[in-house]
Amino acid sequence: MSHYYVSSALCSVRKYVIGCLVLLVLFTVRVHAASPTDQSLAEGEYLTRVGNCLGCHTAKGGIPFAGGRQLTTAFGTFVTPNITPDKETGIGRWTEEDFWLAMHEGKSRDGRMLYPAFPYTEFTKITRADAKLIFEYLQSIPAVSQVNPAHAIPFPYNSKPLLFGWRKLFFKQGIYETDPTQSEEWNRGAYLVQGLGHCDACHTARNEVGAKKDAALGGGQMMSSNWYAPSLYSRKEAGVMDWNLEDIIELLSSGVSKHANASGPMATVVQQSLQYWSPQDVRAMAVYLKSLPDKAVEANIRYPEMSENAKRYLAQGKKVYEKHCQDCHGEIGQGVPGIYPPLANNRSVTLPVPLNLIRVILNGGYPPTTYLNPQPYGMPPFQQLLRDEEIAQVISYIRNAWGNRGGLVTIVDVDQGRGSGH
Amino acid sequence: MCMKLLILIVLFFFTLNVSAELSSHGMVPDTMAERVKACTICHYHGDNNQERSSYYPRIAGKLEGYLVNQLRHFRDGRRYHQAMALLLENMSDDYLQAIAHYFSKLDIPYPPPESIDLKPNEIELAKKLIRLGDPQRDIPACSACHGDSLMGNMSYIPGLLGLPSAYLTAQLSDWRSGSLIRGQVTNCMSAIAKQLSYDEIIVVSRWLATQTVEGETQKTLSPDLVKRCQSIFLEGVAQE
Repeated sequence: MSHYYVSSALCSVRKYVIGCLVLLVLFTVRVHAASPTDQSLAEGEYLTRVGNCLGCHTAKGGIPFAGGRQLTTAFGTFVTPNITPDKETGIGRWTEEDFWLAMHEGKSRDGRMLYPAFPYTEFTKITRADAKLIFEYLQSIPAVSQVNPAHAIPFPYNSKPLLFGWRKLFFKQGIYETDPTQSEEWNRGAYLVQGLGHCDACHTARNEVGAKKDAALGGGQMMSSNWYAPSLYSRKEAGVMDWNLEDIIELLSSGVSKHANASGPMATVVQQSLQYWSPQDVRAMAVYLKSLPDKAVEANIRYPEMSENAKRYLAQGKKVYEKHCQDCHGEIGQGVPGIYPPLANNRSVTLPVPLNLIRVILNGGYPPTTYLNPQPYGMPPFQQLLRDEEIAQVISYIRNAWGNRGGLVTIVDVDQGRGSGH
Repeated sequence: MCMKLLILIVLFFFTLNVSAELSSHGMVPDTMAERVKACTICHYHGDNNQERSSYYPRIAGKLEGYLVNQLRHFRDGRRYHQAMALLLENMSDDYLQAIAHYFSKLDIPYPPPESIDLKPNEIELAKKLIRLGDPQRDIPACSACHGDSLMGNMSYIPGLLGLPSAYLTAQLSDWRSGSLIRGQVTNCMSAIAKQLSYDEIIVVSRWLATQTVEGETQKTLSPDLVKRCQSIFLEGVAQE
């Protein structure tokens, strides 16, 4: 009996030891497989910067990644969620699979369909490996307990069938497919622009239900701010098919170039994300953007007839220009490249939609501060100084001076440019 | 002869200095003065611009710590002013610091004090609140924090002189109504302003605007007030 007991005890001990060893091996294997290295965390952090997750998932002046930023659109107000690893208020309970479903299929952890204010229409193109790196990085940042307000989306835009139908019509799920006829660099650029960089979340015209109208990167009024995101498919808007590669790279990584300065939401993107892109990635993006064809149709833009009234209007504008603008932008609108943008032959000046120009003159602004341009020169907010009428006149003048041609702008246009939002 | 040579040498070095300040891009000076032109169309301190100065406060010579705190508040949406928020929205902390430094060192003559007729009892009330406060309502003397000269204190507490009465009234009223700084519950100035009546705010603002700007900033604060106003000192650090 005693022998039995002993052997049984020995057996138990053996089982226990073996069990422990097995567990230990399993644990080590699991840890080895799951635990991200410093290297992969750094890669994840970089990709998170490139995707500019922080830009939307941080309230103004708030804690990074803790969400709470409100995006006011025609469909209601979206509030970005907390994506820090807090278990109760963030994504601390999410698995890599959950994260992948959100990025790739636009579905939340509980299976809910996500609103496309979260650009899964672009993020679906990201590879699983990149998504995993981003997820692991987000799980490694400090957990922040922050409850954000709920979305305020009124009927009908809050209805599930509508969202379901929307996805059927406008959401094409799938990882970016390499174009074998193009270079590796071009494909990297396309992957970044179409996917992680989600450029066409803004640079696209949207229809009544917020879906992209036609070609991606086609330009349009922005959803959550009173700016026009110009088309990257038009040399008359923001297309860079005619630019030197170096100029494209300079604008995207420093915020200024000899042709134009980044302003409004683009300046924010440069400051929050693009200035941190590796030289290889910025170059790849530039190569891809430069290769885009010019799809602009010669629109039926009717330029103002130079009636006596129009001439008088422009002459008034010229006076305003000489008094307030000429010191910096020059007698013939030549500007000072990289500092004060030229106005002659500047596409932002002659865009058919004059919204951005109106906003820049009303509110002024600075190009973003970047590593390459840490102390930019700025434009004063002229609504503090000029009447709407004077602003309308001076805009009409610069749209029709030094070879520029553009429609006249009225005080009603100026007032609409005031609008809400940044 | 020797004198002429000396003058020439001086002139030569002067021109060298000037050309060094011009940026490589042409005739745009590579200076902070040029970079902050967007600020100075409103915050201008010259003679031919007096009509705008009643709303836009003077920022030249204000304390650097105070200025950088305000710039960050505007940028980050805590102190709400749309024009300021839009101008600063894409600026780094480093640039805000450089701008604050520039304006804090800017030495421009102050405008003459405003001439406002105050009745003797109004002057008495203003002086009492400014020099003694009202302990029963837990209002410390203005001078206890803002310095005996009212020229500011400890880099973060602003001076009160050389500002238009309209601006002072607006700021004190905003402190009182809770609309100056969001989430300001812990801020000492908000608690103090809530104890003031609007009549007192107007009288104090007018009296301050009629004073000649003179004296030095202070660098001491009683331990009690350091404790009470700690949020002001922590603001700069908390956002790092």
